[in-house]
Amino acid sequence: MMNLTLKIWRQKDANDKGKIVDYPISNISPDMSFLEMLDVLNQELIEKGEQPVAFDHDCREGICGTCSLYINGRAHGPETKITACQLHMRSFKDGDTIYIEPWRAKAFPVIKDLIVDRTSFDRIQQAGGFISVNTSGNTQDANAIPIEKENADKAFDAATCIGCGACVASCKNSSAMLFVSAKVSQFALLPQGQVEATDRVLNMVKQMDDEGFGNCTNTGACEVECPKGISLENIARMNREYLAASFKG
Amino acid sequence: MSKLDSKIPEGPLADKWTKHKNDINLVNPANKRLIDVIIVGTGLAGGSAAATLAELGYNVKAFCFQDSPRRAHSIAAQGGINAAKNYQGDGDSTYRLFYDTVKGGDYRSREANVYRLAEVSTNIIDQCVAQGVPFAREYGGLLDNRSFGGVLVSRTFYAKGQTGQQLLLGAYAAMNRQIGRGKIKMYTRHEMLDVVIVDGKARGIIARNLVTGEIERHSAHAVVLGTGGYGNAFYLSTYAMGSNVTAAWKAHKRGAFFANPCYTQIHPTCIPVSGDHQSKLTLMSESLRNDGRIWVPKHKKDVEAIRNGSLKPTDLAEEDRDYYLERRYPAFGNLVPRDVASRAAKERCDAGYGVNQTGEAVYLDFASAIERYGKEQAFVKGLNVEDKAVVTKLGKEVVENKYGNLFQMYEKIVDQNPYETPMMIYPAVHYTMGGLWVDYNLMTNVPGLYAIGEANFSDHGANRLGASALMQGLADGYFVLPYTIGDYLADDIRTGPIPTDSKEFDDAEEKVKGDIDKLINNEGTKSVDHFHKRLGKIMWNKCGMARNEKDLKEAIKEIAELREEFYKDVFVPGTENEYNEELAKAGRVADFLELGELFAKDALEREESAGGHFRDEYQTETGEAMRRKEFQYVSAWEYKGQPSEAVHHKETLEYENIEVKERSYK
Amino acid sequence: MSGILNSSIGRKFAMALSALFLMIFLVMHVSINFTSVFSEELFNEMSHFMGTNPLVQGLMQPILIIGVIFHFVMGFILEAKNKSSRSIKYASNSASDNSTWVSRNMLLTGVVVLAFLGLHMYDFWVHEMTVKYVEGDMSGLIDPNNAESGFRYYEELREKFVSPVRVGIYVVAFVLLALHLLHGFNSAFQSIGANNKYVKSLNGFSKVYSIGIPALFIFIAVYHHFTH
Repeated sequence: MMNLTLKIWRQKDANDKGKIVDYPISNISPDMSFLEMLDVLNQELIEKGEQPVAFDHDCREGICGTCSLYINGRAHGPETKITACQLHMRSFKDGDTIYIEPWRAKAFPVIKDLIVDRTSFDRIQQAGGFISVNTSGNTQDANAIPIEKENADKAFDAATCIGCGACVASCKNSSAMLFVSAKVSQFALLPQGQVEATDRVLNMVKQMDDEGFGNCTNTGACEVECPKGISLENIARMNREYLAASFKG
Repeated sequence: MSKLDSKIPEGPLADKWTKHKNDINLVNPANKRLIDVIIVGTGLAGGSAAATLAELGYNVKAFCFQDSPRRAHSIAAQGGINAAKNYQGDGDSTYRLFYDTVKGGDYRSREANVYRLAEVSTNIIDQCVAQGVPFAREYGGLLDNRSFGGVLVSRTFYAKGQTGQQLLLGAYAAMNRQIGRGKIKMYTRHEMLDVVIVDGKARGIIARNLVTGEIERHSAHAVVLGTGGYGNAFYLSTYAMGSNVTAAWKAHKRGAFFANPCYTQIHPTCIPVSGDHQSKLTLMSESLRNDGRIWVPKHKKDVEAIRNGSLKPTDLAEEDRDYYLERRYPAFGNLVPRDVASRAAKERCDAGYGVNQTGEAVYLDFASAIERYGKEQAFVKGLNVEDKAVVTKLGKEVVENKYGNLFQMYEKIVDQNPYETPMMIYPAVHYTMGGLWVDYNLMTNVPGLYAIGEANFSDHGANRLGASALMQGLADGYFVLPYTIGDYLADDIRTGPIPTDSKEFDDAEEKVKGDIDKLINNEGTKSVDHFHKRLGKIMWNKCGMARNEKDLKEAIKEIAELREEFYKDVFVPGTENEYNEELAKAGRVADFLELGELFAKDALEREESAGGHFRDEYQTETGEAMRRKEFQYVSAWEYKGQPSEAVHHKETLEYENIEVKERSYK
Repeated sequence: MSGILNSSIGRKFAMALSALFLMIFLVMHVSINFTSVFSEELFNEMSHFMGTNPLVQGLMQPILIIGVIFHFVMGFILEAKNKSSRSIKYASNSASDNSTWVSRNMLLTGVVVLAFLGLHMYDFWVHEMTVKYVEGDMSGLIDPNNAESGFRYYEELREKFVSPVRVGIYVVAFVLLALHLLHGFNSAFQSIGANNKYVKSLNGFSKVYSIGIPALFIFIAVYHHFTH
């Protein structure tokens, strides 16, 4: 059992200034998940009649991309290739002080405490993250176009992005390049995505810039912190796609 | 009886859907612009329906409680999606998929619906590939398949262990296209709290903006619920934390019948419960049973030794292991359907053979798969197939390629390496086959109110086969509802926009605000979770994998008492005019506390064992489920103020194209 | 095509192109300088050629100057935008766990190199410009009136490295240039969209380049300091 000190960002709503508040917590089992530890804290706060800490979470198995905690200076905490909900308390030790902050980016404004608004990601997808095919079911047979396994696998790897925003949170420039490039790459690698490739990359990058994300300076932090291990190769691919599209007009 | 008209079209089974599509009314494209449709829930069913209806020209308003439609819990589906493509040439066909699904559902689903599902299954794969869903492929560039439980063919399409994610992102992309075009207006972080019925028709909803707390009125010509299942009534389940029954339950309270609430799928391969702090359970995909072998020790002394740590499972000799699924069901082995596998695990654990401290875990072992694949690879590569180290290394690589993300997930949670030691698994609540009663058109008995995907009851009977949930969600959303809803909306082309200032909207809003006031101003002492956990314990212990009359009667009483206590003693911090997760949770748990009672009542009424519903009183001599002919019906419950007063309606199930026989996997 | 420089990727592309150009320039620069270590004559010849060839002086030199200015100005613009993308900083941030110091401090290393360039320009370029274009002496001779006096370049070079302070500044500046290049070399390829097996095979070369070129410059400075 562990005793810990939590330093948590509390902010009543978008207009509140917010501050770090200290919470001691005890009797934490190493088998608990990080979010279960926060559940324990919240139950204690509720019992004392205080407001629980608001944080985003849903599937708690690392796939929905809802949880978004900056733990001890890192997106999703000290382990790599997992989300905060998959982090367990065995990664900490008795007596530790743990900072818990929301994602920080101009394009991700805080809603409350540790919850941020990531609808900018949705708007980028709406600008072109799709293939314009009617959902009639009257498309050609799924096996009509064979796709080289290597490309299919790479497209899949890019498509595993869960849209959590850890890339933005850990980038010193709050750049969304890894997220955007994952979607651009998925379609760029598939024959079905070719038709709209030019417009897609131009529109998505424009939306990304308009949302106020920073520029990529290739520090590689995003790739390290991405819970799904999305590769930097995708950013290079998007750069290529974008430049080719720009010169094409 | 007369209240339930399933509206199944006349004619031979295979022609029903085509004929129906030709017969029903259509809405002309210019008129679709004049019609609004509300869709609640943006998972596979809701998302695909929203995209398709918008594409057809309707004005769609879509709602989800998550911060983005992409996060609906369909995303967590791992293993795959079935389709009768017969790409493997192993004898698959629409009829066989239909047959497997009806048999898998223990002859408690509606024939015509299931056949239609099997029929459109192939379109789903075509559609998704065209949308850029990256399914797994073979080296020749064509789509790969794998096997799932309860069937004898390979018809499951997959994208590693993330099939649900890829399909949902496909539907989300289709939605995004329509949001960008202005045809879908998306309301995220919104929760539906009531359906508004005007002149007997569903004409809108009351929703709460979860960020500001504002109560909003939204009107439409039809309301579609794609709000998923209610497994979180058990507190611990593989559902997402936010999954809830509220939308469906409010619809029920407004007149929609709730069908077969007791049909719950308890999935055999989940990570066992480790302690009281646990907030949710994690599924290990059924696809693992393609390669993993399930066992417990044969002898009690070995069980003891394993529990106290003096014996490692890997050291237990082959002849001292009981591969109980292979022993009991030689034809299907480890790939028996979920209900059968779960019950078999429970049987072994109840008999004292559980392998962890709590006695509630069995092994899922990959050692022989690693060896088999390793030898195969060593042979292909021209290496020594007798070299154990080489074989193990190569075998692990193959297994990692197939299930890498699942193994990683397991290791993160349990802190054990499943490549080295067998996984420990135990059944957990995973899916609910029951849901709102719908007719062939997917409309509830309330005109204009539709239920699609897991939220309805129609296709899986008493047990769902693996990889069929994704199939049903997308079939409903992409290919069924868009046709059938037109038949209803054809009458609404001259209606014009539905006003939101009517008395019906006033009353509904009033009621919602009243409910919220009651919760927020309750001077209680206990948290929402406190009650939710207690409800979960009652549900699991008395309405879980095996049920009996005595337990169910107790459950009904205990849940009613708990509900009373909840309203007396629940404490919800904060106010209603802000982001307040406790308030949202309180509303959801309040509904679970009503649903739970109806669930138990339904289970008590069903005096037979079928699929996921197992009554101790009704089993064969070998412990298999005993179905009873007199219960060959759908139970549809009508709300009358209290779950205990719900009125029971029956829809008799006819099987004309399939012989109802004992469901055997031996 | 229009507005490419207004997009984040377009700017990074321009940044990378100017960087690649400057990296090629560095190779040329160090090659010529290095001749001073073993052949006074060769160094003088090459310096004179570079200093008086109209193509080099009239075309390449302005391009170089524009390239340098562009690289710096764009660097500042990008940095300003990046800073503004996060208004509230983290209370706790462990950036060193996911990225290298050099990748995060390109501005710092760049500014030091920029300051050094000021000194360097003052030392050599201003002097050259004055002699050639203000005083009009295009001969390159130590004594313009005496053809036998020999070229002045080598002597001037040796003169500069007498002061240990200046040599010290050179050493520090080139160490920082090395750090700048250690990230910049690969980063430039990534920005122009080249990230494949060929570019990955350049990894070793990029280290050799990033450390080797500045090391040679340092060696030249130190060599002349100690052999004077």
